[in-house]
Amino acid sequence: MVKTLIIGNGVAGISCARSLRRFTDDPIAIISDESDFFFSRTALMYVYMGHMRWQDLEPYERKYWQKNKLDLIRAKIVSFDFQNRQVISEDGNKYGYDRLVLALGSVPNKFGWPGEELDGVSGFYSKQDLERIEEKSSLIKRAVIVGGGLIGIELAEMFHSRNIPVTMLVRESEYWSSVLPNDEAAMISAHIRNRKIDLRLETKLKSIRGEDGKVKSIVLDAGEELECDFVGITAGVRPHIDLLKGTPLSTDRGILVNEFLETNIPEVYAIGDCAQLTSVRIDRKAVEAIWYSARKMGNALAANLAGIKTPYDPGIWFNSAKFFDLEYQVYGTVPNKIEFPLDSIFWKAPQDEKSIRLVYDTTTNEIAGFNLLGVRFRQEVCHKWISGKSKISDVLSDIRLAFFDPEFFPDYAPELLESFKQKTGHNIQLRSSGKLNSILQFLKS
Amino acid sequence: MPAFTKLQRIQNNQLAFIVCAFFALILMLWISFDNIIWSGSWIYILLLLSLSITGYAWNQYRNEHPGIKNNGTWFSGLTSRSWSAWLTAIALTCFYVLLYWWPEYLGLRPQGNTGLIAIFDPLSYLLKKQPASQWFVYGVFYTLFILFFGLKFIWKYRHNAYQRIRTISVMFFQLFFAFLIPEWMLRMNLPYNDLKNMWPLNYYFFDAWNIESFKNSGSIGWFFLVFGLLMIFVISPLLTYFFGKRWYCSWVCGCGALAETAGDPFRHLSDKSANSWKLERLLIYPILFLVIIMTIGVLYTYKTGQPELLGMSTSALRKYYGFFIGSAFSGVIGVGFYPLLGSRVWCRFGCPMAAILGIQQKLFSRFRITTNGGQCISCGNCSTYCEMGIDVRAYAQEGKNIVRASCVGCGVCAAVCPRGVLKLENGPEGGRLTESVISNS
Ligand SMILES: Cc1cc2nc3c(=O)[nH]c(=O)nc-3n(C[C@H](O)[C@H](O)[C@H](O)COP(=O)(O)OP(=O)(O)OC[C@H]3O[C@@H](n4cnc5c(N)ncnc54)[C@H](O)[C@@H]3O)c2cc1C
Ligand code: SF4
Ligand code: SF4
Repeated sequence: MVKTLIIGNGVAGISCARSLRRFTDDPIAIISDESDFFFSRTALMYVYMGHMRWQDLEPYERKYWQKNKLDLIRAKIVSFDFQNRQVISEDGNKYGYDRLVLALGSVPNKFGWPGEELDGVSGFYSKQDLERIEEKSSLIKRAVIVGGGLIGIELAEMFHSRNIPVTMLVRESEYWSSVLPNDEAAMISAHIRNRKIDLRLETKLKSIRGEDGKVKSIVLDAGEELECDFVGITAGVRPHIDLLKGTPLSTDRGILVNEFLETNIPEVYAIGDCAQLTSVRIDRKAVEAIWYSARKMGNALAANLAGIKTPYDPGIWFNSAKFFDLEYQVYGTVPNKIEFPLDSIFWKAPQDEKSIRLVYDTTTNEIAGFNLLGVRFRQEVCHKWISGKSKISDVLSDIRLAFFDPEFFPDYAPELLESFKQKTGHNIQLRSSGKLNSILQFLKS
Repeated sequence: MPAFTKLQRIQNNQLAFIVCAFFALILMLWISFDNIIWSGSWIYILLLLSLSITGYAWNQYRNEHPGIKNNGTWFSGLTSRSWSAWLTAIALTCFYVLLYWWPEYLGLRPQGNTGLIAIFDPLSYLLKKQPASQWFVYGVFYTLFILFFGLKFIWKYRHNAYQRIRTISVMFFQLFFAFLIPEWMLRMNLPYNDLKNMWPLNYYFFDAWNIESFKNSGSIGWFFLVFGLLMIFVISPLLTYFFGKRWYCSWVCGCGALAETAGDPFRHLSDKSANSWKLERLLIYPILFLVIIMTIGVLYTYKTGQPELLGMSTSALRKYYGFFIGSAFSGVIGVGFYPLLGSRVWCRFGCPMAAILGIQQKLFSRFRITTNGGQCISCGNCSTYCEMGIDVRAYAQEGKNIVRASCVGCGVCAAVCPRGVLKLENGPEGGRLTESVISNS
């Protein structure tokens, strides 16, 4: 009997536990200091906005855990004794293990701004953060959000839903232009401003000022002072590994793991946001704080623990998000600055907030990536084109295979081909319909 | 956990107010103004009702950008089972009980209507040259609710063509097929018939009086009879093969129409637990079985003149079914309890039509909801807003097609998903249960 102890009941830890249970009946325990049950972190905002209740965030019914003999423990681990194979909690309990899985997640970045410890300054990551923000909300007359990434805009939307005025400070020249090509970034900036968010581009926070320990205002780098009662810090996240500094476990930005998710200590593994891969595919990053990477790592590790050697393979990059009412999807390689040998075809609907960008390699004419706003594409089809190094002309003539918008939505294919023609002078004929028959045939071929 | 309750706008409480005011109005009309009704007052009632619903919708959506707007759904009293929800449910239920069993309190009198029903006499004469019945009054309100809450629905989902077209379709079928055409038929002394309403939902199709009335109406009656049979055995299975049960449940059916339009603010209330799924199967298939037995009995009596089949009185069976299932379940619980149990209680737990179409959908149909690879973030919007209580997320996070007998294909799960994971599709039948093209793990 091998006892597996998992720290962290996020998607990484839980995916690992659930898949491992399919392989073995050995004891599995999961520790978390955040919540009794696994919940979907990605949906925290919907509770605040009243779309869902807390229990709706829990993907599995509560009786599931007991039924599957997954032992849930609520405790905060404060130290690790790798020598004796045990971890110690804040209240002094010791938990022994034969195998330890670290799935500790992330913590919000802070940059040592003066005043960042004041009451009313908060990141947005955990259940507790959400509760804190909820408690403060009725008193907030203006909220400032520092940082323009994916969590920042969620926070902006949350406050917006309660009619709380929001100022967003973004360092770059457009919202998220460190990631998005400029056309798309500008579209989103406009979308945000349309919702009456006070979006301040190329603006940095200098300090936070308080009164009686509470936030009163912020000062911008240009010297301007803005009154506010809440400051949301959403300048990215980093692996949650502070506790492990000084232990024999090798860490860098995160806990270092190989492709089998093993650390330098035997029988200790790390997965999810807290892990840093020592070797990665060229198109992926060593630390990726995203949902499906954490899930895939959990599943891959479970197979490894069950004795089926399974390297973690993140596959071709994809991601999606929603900025207020604007959906975003990306597949493959889409850098924010598209430079030789890459080039792209960009189509934007004249009236609507919809755009499609196809990135390709001009030396080989192979498709490299897709970037979509307000349009849904089918992941499997894009995946097959990118991994099969399809030619851009083939992709375009089959482009309808990729459409994933609901029935009766307009067909953008002719306009997309027109954009290609204007850019390259090549005339391409459409050859596929968007019918599921042809899509399945294509995917099987 | 602090209560997530603060919201500046009271939103849906306005709706509760409208509904309650409406029933108060009915009550007042009946009690105090019994004798001083003037013949045009139905116009004012309908105008008031239409204007208040559109005004409410306008107020709610005029400043909103197109997109999914479920902000505050769980904060507002009416849509989160608070006292205003209970109040509305009780008011609706009382109205139903009066309507079904004590219509005389609404003013139905053989010697000349009074009260609420009398108000609608002029309209009834206009349409079919007969005094109004309680069903006529109900039909008018029902149609109006679908039309105006339909407008509200279209407003809310204006960014989504599937939702727009589908709603126009149910509005059309309700107005013409369920309401105007049957009334005109009566005016022309032809049998009352709603062409889109088929057995077993209209369980009286095989009743002696219905068959006789068709047979006595010449060729049009025969057409109705044959068309009704074709609907049951040919047209409906065929359409379900091509499009899934959605062609009926969320594009045509009147119960579905009311659930989708007036019931839309309550869709998140449907229970998603595995237990409720069990209960669903424990109710809906026995009811289907019951309706089949009852129909066989009724037909047997009609053919042979024998009042009993296997020792059971067929007319008693028919009566009990009509009372418990036809009236109490589908009307009183099905609609009266929208604010407590969600909008599709009847469709989910009771409707024998849904059961048949569901079996067809599961066994042979080109319909499924496909999932988009690994995009699902398990947020649960889809499950929360599925009115049929399907845990859509459970399928989506595994990357599986959603093929469920109960799915009515309303498309709301796909509309509320913030990651574009779900799409309603018709395609090759083979493999839809097993096929998921990319591994999600
Ligand atoms: C608001 C928000 C929105 C997001 N939206 C998206 C999105 O749309 N798409 C996407 O791909 N990703 C999104 N993410 C990122 C995604 O949620 C994370 O990548 C994912 O949750 C990481 O999972 P994990 O299991 O690695 O860690 P976590 O979910 O962070 O779980 C770690 C758990 O371990 C516990 N823990 C840590 N240390 C200890 C200790 N010492 N003792 C006890 N317990 C401990 C923590 O309390 C926590 O519960 C979002 C994140 C946030 C915060
Ligand atoms: S699964 Fe989706 S389409 Fe089917 S009933 Fe539920 S919400 Fe509607
Ligand atoms: S709404 Fe979309 S992302 Fe959320 S759980 Fe459902 S399918 Fe997944």
